[in-house]
Amino acid sequence: MGHEMGSDWVRLVVGLVVVLAFSQLNALFLVWLERKVAGHIQLRPGPKEVGPFGLLQTIADGIKLVGKELITPATADWKLFIIAPVFVFMPVLVGFLVLPFSPQLILRDMNAGVLLIFAFSTFTVLAILAGGWASNNKYALLGAVRSVAQNVAYEIPLLLSVMSVVLMVHSMRFAEIVQAQDKLWFIFLQPVAGLIFLICATAETNRAPFDIPEAESELVAGFHTEYSGMRFGLFFLAEYTNMFIVSAVATSLFFGGWQGPFGFDLHIPGIVWFLMKTYVLIFVIMWVRWTFPRLRFDQLMNFSWKVMIPLSLANLLVTAVVLKFI
Amino acid sequence: MSYWKEIIEGGWSLVEGMRVTIRRITKPVVTVQYPRKHIPMTAAYRGHIEFKRFPETGTHRCIACGTCQRTCPAGIIKVQGLKQHAMSPKVATHYFVDYTRCSLCGLCVECCPTQTLQYSNEYQLEWSSRWDGVLDLMARLEGKQS
Repeated sequence: MGHEMGSDWVRLVVGLVVVLAFSQLNALFLVWLERKVAGHIQLRPGPKEVGPFGLLQTIADGIKLVGKELITPATADWKLFIIAPVFVFMPVLVGFLVLPFSPQLILRDMNAGVLLIFAFSTFTVLAILAGGWASNNKYALLGAVRSVAQNVAYEIPLLLSVMSVVLMVHSMRFAEIVQAQDKLWFIFLQPVAGLIFLICATAETNRAPFDIPEAESELVAGFHTEYSGMRFGLFFLAEYTNMFIVSAVATSLFFGGWQGPFGFDLHIPGIVWFLMKTYVLIFVIMWVRWTFPRLRFDQLMNFSWKVMIPLSLANLLVTAVVLKFI
Repeated sequence: MSYWKEIIEGGWSLVEGMRVTIRRITKPVVTVQYPRKHIPMTAAYRGHIEFKRFPETGTHRCIACGTCQRTCPAGIIKVQGLKQHAMSPKVATHYFVDYTRCSLCGLCVECCPTQTLQYSNEYQLEWSSRWDGVLDLMARLEGKQS
């Protein structure tokens, strides 16, 4: 009993270290990938100087961010101000606990794994609101409020499309959902839900055409306008890690997770399939970002409430009816 | 009905847009890594002014008349010349241009009576002090190959 508990603790600590290291390396890679993709779409090379193909550019950026002065506005609520970036980054790390990298590499195969990820991703919304409020800046507060409205609006169709998949599998466990796709990926059975999930996932991570909350910081202000140095770096890191998590969830729910197409493994290990599919989805998210202009806030809200939610509700209804009569 | 039409047409336009950008990823880049590689500058580029070396005399034809000095709207040209004796033509001995104040109007080249001024092709103007912007055209002519 003691031996079992000991090995459990060891597994937990090792898992934690691996997760932290992976999320840092992942963010490093994704920032580089984003800049390269952006560059080549704009017919320029992107970072080239620092390291081979500019791979060490993110490290240079990180060193610069760490070296900057951490400014706290005098009239800001400093307790909330300091804690907000931490609470934006922490929930996305929790998401790594349940991701099905391969049949043996799931840190904790929880019965409500899907629920855990979405519950914790809602936490980030609260942290963004805290950051915007604590900045004591009208524009930051408005940016934060808009971000909350956007996240709430897009959470609904996200969860409804996930529910369609969960209805089919009768379980919220990631391992079971992935195993249920061994003959045919769910993207072929539920294309509408898959599309809605991907659109809502980009909106949830405040990316691509839905980045009104942070784009304002390029234009005037946004919820992270008063943040400098590593605090801003934490928001940045959280965004890229969040992107990985939602792509990984999309892979598990719709694209077969660790399995090859139609059950053919091609002798490639499960984790390689998983990571390959996740990074292809991340590439698609980046591709979308550098193709479309930003949505105006009312267009964004209309799109969610008038298009996404009715469609996802209809999809859920059709799924339920079809499952009832099969 | 127009609700669905909007969704389908809008969705298709998104796909077309993404097709445009994915094609561009596969195209080669149009930029050049500047300090390591150079794009050859076109011959018609108008850099700062310099003396033209004429094939007949092998040197410039500046007679230090001062037309360019008087015409320049920024007043940045300073010419000085010498006459060997009373009836000989004047020859320029000093010619300085403060390029940091040049307004790039081209009046100096236009008004020169002997056509001895021309535009150079210099675009790499990295100077470490403001005084480097004061160009000595006589020295430039001597340093330049024909």
